[in-house]
Amino acid sequence: MNFKRIPISALVGILATSGFLFIALFAPVIAPYGMAEIVGDVWEPMSDKFWLGTDNIGRDLLTRMMYGARTTIFIAGVATILSFGLGSVLGFTAAVKGGWVDMVMSRAVDLLMSIPTLIFALVVLSVLPGNLLTLIVVMGILDSTRVYRLSRAVAVDINVMDYVEAARLRGEGLRWIIFKEILPNALSPLVAELGLRFIFMILFLSSLSFLGLGIQPPEADWGSMVKANKDGINFGIPAALIPGFAIAILAISVNLVADWILNRTSDLKGGRG
Amino acid sequence: MGHPILNLVAQRIALGCLLLLMASVLIFIGTQILPGDIAQSILGQSATPEAVANLRKDLGLNDPAYVRYFTWLSGVLQGDLGVALSNGKPIAQAVGQRLSNTLFLAGWAALISVPLAVLLGLLAVQYKNRWPDKLISGVTLTTISLPEFFLGYLLIFFISVQLRWFPSVAIINDSMSLGQKLNTIALPVAVLVLVVLAQMMRMTRAAILNVMQSAYIETAELKGITPFQVIRKHAFPNAIAPIINVIMLNLAYLVVGVVIVEVVFAYPGMGQYLVDHVSKRDVPVVQACALIFASVYISLNIVADIVSIVANPRLRHPK
Amino acid sequence: MAENLLEIKNLKIGATVYPPGEKPHDITIAQEISLTLKKGQVMGLIGESGAGKSTIGLSAMSYGRGGVQLTGGEVIVNGRDILQIGAQGLRELRGREVTYVSQSAAASFNPAMRLMEQVIETTLLHGLSTKKQAEERAVELFAALGLPDPENIGNRYPHQVSGGQLQRAMTAMALCPKPDLIVFDEPTTALDVTTQIDVLAAIKKAIRDTGVAALYITHDLAVVAQVSDEILVLRHGRMVEHGTTEHIINSPKEEYTQQLVSAHSIQHEEKKPTEKPILSVENISASYGGAIKVLSNVSVDIYPGQTLAVVGESGSGKSTLARVITGLLPPSEGRITFEGEELSPALPERSIEDLRQLQMIYQMADVAMNPRQTVGTIIGRPLELYFGMRGAEKRKRVIELLDEIEMGEKFIDRYPAELSGGQKQRVCIARSLAAKPKLIICDEVTSALDPLVADGILKLLLDLQKVEDVAYLFITHDLATVKSISDSIAVMYQGELVRYGQKSEVLAPPFDDYTDLLLSSVPEMKLGWLEEVIAHRKMESAGN
Repeated sequence: MNFKRIPISALVGILATSGFLFIALFAPVIAPYGMAEIVGDVWEPMSDKFWLGTDNIGRDLLTRMMYGARTTIFIAGVATILSFGLGSVLGFTAAVKGGWVDMVMSRAVDLLMSIPTLIFALVVLSVLPGNLLTLIVVMGILDSTRVYRLSRAVAVDINVMDYVEAARLRGEGLRWIIFKEILPNALSPLVAELGLRFIFMILFLSSLSFLGLGIQPPEADWGSMVKANKDGINFGIPAALIPGFAIAILAISVNLVADWILNRTSDLKGGRG
Repeated sequence: MGHPILNLVAQRIALGCLLLLMASVLIFIGTQILPGDIAQSILGQSATPEAVANLRKDLGLNDPAYVRYFTWLSGVLQGDLGVALSNGKPIAQAVGQRLSNTLFLAGWAALISVPLAVLLGLLAVQYKNRWPDKLISGVTLTTISLPEFFLGYLLIFFISVQLRWFPSVAIINDSMSLGQKLNTIALPVAVLVLVVLAQMMRMTRAAILNVMQSAYIETAELKGITPFQVIRKHAFPNAIAPIINVIMLNLAYLVVGVVIVEVVFAYPGMGQYLVDHVSKRDVPVVQACALIFASVYISLNIVADIVSIVANPRLRHPK
Repeated sequence: MAENLLEIKNLKIGATVYPPGEKPHDITIAQEISLTLKKGQVMGLIGESGAGKSTIGLSAMSYGRGGVQLTGGEVIVNGRDILQIGAQGLRELRGREVTYVSQSAAASFNPAMRLMEQVIETTLLHGLSTKKQAEERAVELFAALGLPDPENIGNRYPHQVSGGQLQRAMTAMALCPKPDLIVFDEPTTALDVTTQIDVLAAIKKAIRDTGVAALYITHDLAVVAQVSDEILVLRHGRMVEHGTTEHIINSPKEEYTQQLVSAHSIQHEEKKPTEKPILSVENISASYGGAIKVLSNVSVDIYPGQTLAVVGESGSGKSTLARVITGLLPPSEGRITFEGEELSPALPERSIEDLRQLQMIYQMADVAMNPRQTVGTIIGRPLELYFGMRGAEKRKRVIELLDEIEMGEKFIDRYPAELSGGQKQRVCIARSLAAKPKLIICDEVTSALDPLVADGILKLLLDLQKVEDVAYLFITHDLATVKSISDSIAVMYQGELVRYGQKSEVLAPPFDDYTDLLLSSVPEMKLGWLEEVIAHRKMESAGN
């Protein structure tokens, strides 16, 4: 791949996203204080000692942000992988198999999607024990409906192409058709979608945590940090805005990368890249 | 057999009702059959087994699931949403006022965002690939990346706390005049508008561009028709269905966005009511609210479907 | 009265292209174009795809499609340079002095408006007559163009009439404001052959009756020879030759024009059937979803090393026959035997050996190849699958095949997007040959290609047949192709076999009505052919 051909916006997106990943990976090493360590007064302003100030019970906000990045990105990432694995495999299978397999799965997805995701998540979380595993599974399954729809639509389009028919006539099996004929041609829209799903997961997780139904204290994550510090807003203390700002920056960066990948779709030789 | 379009519309509505029924089953399953004992959840881990057993009996949890479902459903169909576990009051009473509050909030957001989005979408088409279009797509990219609560607190921080233009808490009651109410909900409405505007604009732009690229638009241009007439006579009648579709889908999205915005601004609507009772594990309330949200959502989707059927000349004038 | 209506002087046309991953840059689409057209004259613009003929035609309305720009020269209509008259001036020109008929009328009518409204729109817009007068004129034109029920057809919506009818309605729309010049952009190309002739005759009559001048753009020299007074041959955006129609058809000077005139002149000696057919189709009937029968009781035989051509228009069931033979659509009745053994009706039950013996080539070569695979992978896969070839052995065989299709080793690492239309089709041929099949089904393999390229493909197929001793089932709507390649012919109409036998028998009179219609509909490179045909027709075409 030629790096000169990457537009500036995508480059900024890639750099910022890698920055966040780096912080998430090495949070315990680079964070100045301990995650739950109370090191100062409540809501201290930004200073040399506390670059971003302190939070509602006197913990270092920068430290919390770094650990928060770790939790948020990790959970959103795992949920995205689950949602993607489930959604794309089922979507492809439905498209290639057709018939009643497609019927049953598509109607089930229609049904799941007829209830807004957040509302359904609230329903389920009202009875299930609030732990990490529940959160990841609920988020992953609910979101996989979107991935299913997209991958099915893309695969159906490709499945009617003459080259797929040619492969069938040649006597190729289901595996070859999915992995060698369809997948390479579906890759760019799916990778772009991967980015968008990841953003959605970050927003979704943050929303749940903000509502008090996601990550439980003292574990740090960006959504619950907003919740914890929101009362400061009325006193003019911006502590609650900082995690929100981080979410926005991460989301925009990933969006820039996804946009660029999607725009490259028309480049048919891009399969090697 | 009536006009084919009537049949199609009737079919869509019937399908929608079926979907709603299935959704109610799903919501019921979501709260009743999943692992985790509701009675245990309500009382907490430290509760005595006798207390749990008593509560189970009171809640009718010893009946089979399908019996409980039909009891619940027949209640819902008669307007009885059940009784809240947390305070023992009928849910329908509490929900009524809150639902109208939520519709008030979402309605104003829709009233402002829909015309604005269509206008800006048209503007983006007119200046396609020039700076207004690029600005619009840039802003779109930004706003879809912002969580609703962040937008909310951002507005509170700058507009309410620093500038003191509008209140940060949006508590309304019946004794307020319309003006007072609007002043109170200004900030939550602004957040909701920002949240749906971008998507709606972007999709409107795509819908119009799609129509503008049709061969019949070229035909119209080659007839020597003025650009305004091309849009009015040839583009608009064909773009109206996709645009209404876009609007409906985004209004459906609004229904969800309202939950978080209500929590941020402590607005006494359905969303906050739902979230409160999720934390209290008040299952009947959660079920009732989820069902109401789902029916609004499904209805909007049906309307979108029907509009695209009715606006299609091929279906309106069959061969 | 011999004043110039249209004068194009040294026109240059360019466009900005945005290749993915590269900087946008300008290209030239056409240059050094000069022509003059007198009132009431018809000029044909002819060329292959990419010759710039549509672009040049639209320049008479000062219109650039997409990012196309008229960058130099003059286009003078009725005495003024229309490249300089501004937006208001252009609106007065378009629809009043110059009108347009496109290739796809189906897409060019607004789906939400009645036909009449659209046909008279221009007339009313330019204030040329009252609404009543305009409607009367439209009805007259509908009648003149041979539309059924001319009084009421205007009340219909575009989707309620057939493709041939829409093309006529679009011609009426262009004629309605009484323009000086009409630009016809491939107006009959999207139609079936038998419909094409009727529409062509209607257009010709309308032009003659109204005395309007026309620019007639097409890739088919035989078609343009029937309607135009003069012909301008274009290639790669430059003028190749210009002359009267008679001159171009009968005594072309340039080598390229000579090739165009002599296209379809491949000769092929008919082979007699051998003892045992390689494939027998016996009493096949088939339908989609059980509802409408698309094939009924079809029986044909194909002999080893020979070609059976199946001809018919859209809806004749010829492609369905191919799907049945390949097993994609199991027949509802009948059976298929291959080398004496019965083939399983459905694809999944066939053995890999059966699949190997029976290969297929598609009409659209660009969608018949996976865009993410190199030529080497595409041709190499059958070698791997059927013969277990790997590595150097496979590569050696791929190169041999590339040589056989006259392309060579240098293409082995290219992607389909890097090939021309003809090269793509050659790679598809190589892919099917790699399986060493006994029979190849060719589904309209040349109809998406320019005539000279198509000729090259047909020659290659004939040569390969001699070397590899492979049989072809050749599906096409084009009788000229049938004449040059087949040994036996099956004519199909609405799912039934109407005529079947050796080429010499099928193409010799007496004919049944449909075969007569089909045969007479193939445009011949001959002046006055259209009039002869119309005078002798026995049957209406299906598209009306």
